[in-house]
Amino acid sequence: MSNSAFITMIVVQVTVTIITGYFFYKVLTTPPRQEPDSYSENDDELR
Amino acid sequence: MAGNAVGLGNFLRFPVQAVQNGGGAFIIPYLVCFLLMGIPLLWIEWSVGRFGGRFGNHSTPFILDNMTKRKFWKYFGVFGIFTNIAVAAYYCYIESWTLSYMYHSLMQTFSGMSQTGIASFFDSYTDIGHSTTGIPYEAVVFYIICLVLNTWILSKGLSGGVEKVAKIGMPLLIAFGFLLALKGWTLGDSGATAGCTDCNSFLGLDFLWKPEFKSLYDPKVWLAAAGQIFFTLSVGMGTIQCYAAYVKKNDDIALNAMSAGWMNGFVEIVLGASIVIPIAVGYLGLDWVKENAGFSMAFQTMPYLFQKWGLYLGTAAGFMWFGLLFFAGITSSLAMGTPWMGFMRDEFGWNLKKGAWSFGLIVLMMGLPTVLFYQEGVFGEYDYWAGTVSLVVFALAETILFSWVFGIKRGWEEINLGADMRVPGIYKPIIKYVTPLLLLIVFLAALFTPKDNDWKRAFSEGWELDASSIIGNITHMGIDVNRDYFAEHYESGVSGQVKRVYTERSKVKVEISHADSDTKTTTYEFHPAEHKLQVQEGDQVNRLDKLATGSFVNNIFYTDMARLWLMCLFGFLAYLVHRATKQRKLSGREAS
Repeated sequence: MSNSAFITMIVVQVTVTIITGYFFYKVLTTPPRQEPDSYSENDDELR
Repeated sequence: MAGNAVGLGNFLRFPVQAVQNGGGAFIIPYLVCFLLMGIPLLWIEWSVGRFGGRFGNHSTPFILDNMTKRKFWKYFGVFGIFTNIAVAAYYCYIESWTLSYMYHSLMQTFSGMSQTGIASFFDSYTDIGHSTTGIPYEAVVFYIICLVLNTWILSKGLSGGVEKVAKIGMPLLIAFGFLLALKGWTLGDSGATAGCTDCNSFLGLDFLWKPEFKSLYDPKVWLAAAGQIFFTLSVGMGTIQCYAAYVKKNDDIALNAMSAGWMNGFVEIVLGASIVIPIAVGYLGLDWVKENAGFSMAFQTMPYLFQKWGLYLGTAAGFMWFGLLFFAGITSSLAMGTPWMGFMRDEFGWNLKKGAWSFGLIVLMMGLPTVLFYQEGVFGEYDYWAGTVSLVVFALAETILFSWVFGIKRGWEEINLGADMRVPGIYKPIIKYVTPLLLLIVFLAALFTPKDNDWKRAFSEGWELDASSIIGNITHMGIDVNRDYFAEHYESGVSGQVKRVYTERSKVKVEISHADSDTKTTTYEFHPAEHKLQVQEGDQVNRLDKLATGSFVNNIFYTDMARLWLMCLFGFLAYLVHRATKQRKLSGREAS
């Protein structure tokens, strides 16, 4: 395996893994949204 | 949503596209397409779907119609139903392979088979006239089982249940994928058969990751990279809009889209790239992989790997691997049913059951040709037109609509509405200018690719199209032998010497070694009852020489019929949208 192929593989795979881990962590740590407390907030828009 | 996005595309389609488009030549356009098209399109589609859902629209024709006053845009939305049905038609066939290989793993069919035996087992399976289990027309039987299962789950509204099970299945698949990736990274030449000089998994990794900057000028590679990104992220299909249409106005879409997109990227780039290609190269050699790249590669190599793990562990591993792949596939194919069902319910009041079974019926009608004429190239045609070109066309249309017609200001507000993350501001100009421009360039360059991809010559000496261009594909420029639909003789596509004439699975096979290569061979099949051979072992043949006489239906016929069939589907869906529009007018439900 050539050096350029090895470096590309490591850089790309490590970067993708870190970014995926970051978003996954963010999803897990984001508090669940409160249910809407008014009728209008939960309503669909009318045209 | 990650369950839907992670599918067979990650493990089976990505390696094929990478090999067919030059390995390291593919990876650069692929990564650029992911960052500049895939991610923007995820945000666009989630926000477009959520916006449409607020007005009671759950499929792309009227979701798009909602965003503009011009009526023609809804016909671009037809792609959002068409692509799902056409892709589901052949996707279910791949799913059925995983189902069948689960069965064969359990029955220990592959036990004691050589690597070449396992590779040719797949050809026997897709040969309709041959049975590997004793069940007549087994490929059709497994396909129908798979389709009925999909339809039944959809008709019972159990897709949500499947998604819940996916929460266990997906981590299992990823964990098992990681184990296999470890094998891919470390196999080296330890799996090489005697005499194989290019059987080394490191050669496979080198082929895949060595950057080839010249690919940046090849539109065919860009089209394939964009198509793969869209296929794997399920963008440009209409599925995401359909899901997002049920999301509440102030619920987050930005972070969810990112986490699903990057999780999919991880499975594909880290795991998908490290399993099938290096393992296949390790056992069968780089030349074999280059010549036989196809969805089938994983089926032709993985059973051999598992077989080496011993009888019981190998059986369990094979059953689990193909089972998990089946699971990854079914979560995606179920999602493909939702745009049609959403459309029929919104416009014609069809209930869940009617929507699901009608979807199953249409997919069956569209999919049977891919099963029956797999070896004649119908499957490949569907994947090119529905799984690549249509995705790019639809993505281009919806990006222009979102950024320039609906307006980037409103669009950006939609993306950020209720967002649990700060969407990087750089993506505002990217969505407005870069994504549509890149899509337009990729599409036009693929449409008019000049001969040998030589742009300089094309501009200075006149434009001659390449066979790989979309127009070249339409006009069959790449086919210069056996061009008639029906013929009374069959021509050789290569020059060389007849190396072997033998009988296998009731067919006579003629193997010709190429005159310009020591290793390359091409094998042709003939039916002894219908065809009379005109060559024998040792004969020298030239291109266009007659190999056999008799009655022949050439592949070009099946190719054109497949295209016609796809066009019929598109026409039918466009007609339904037209009818729905009329109905909306009559009932005063006009969108805009």
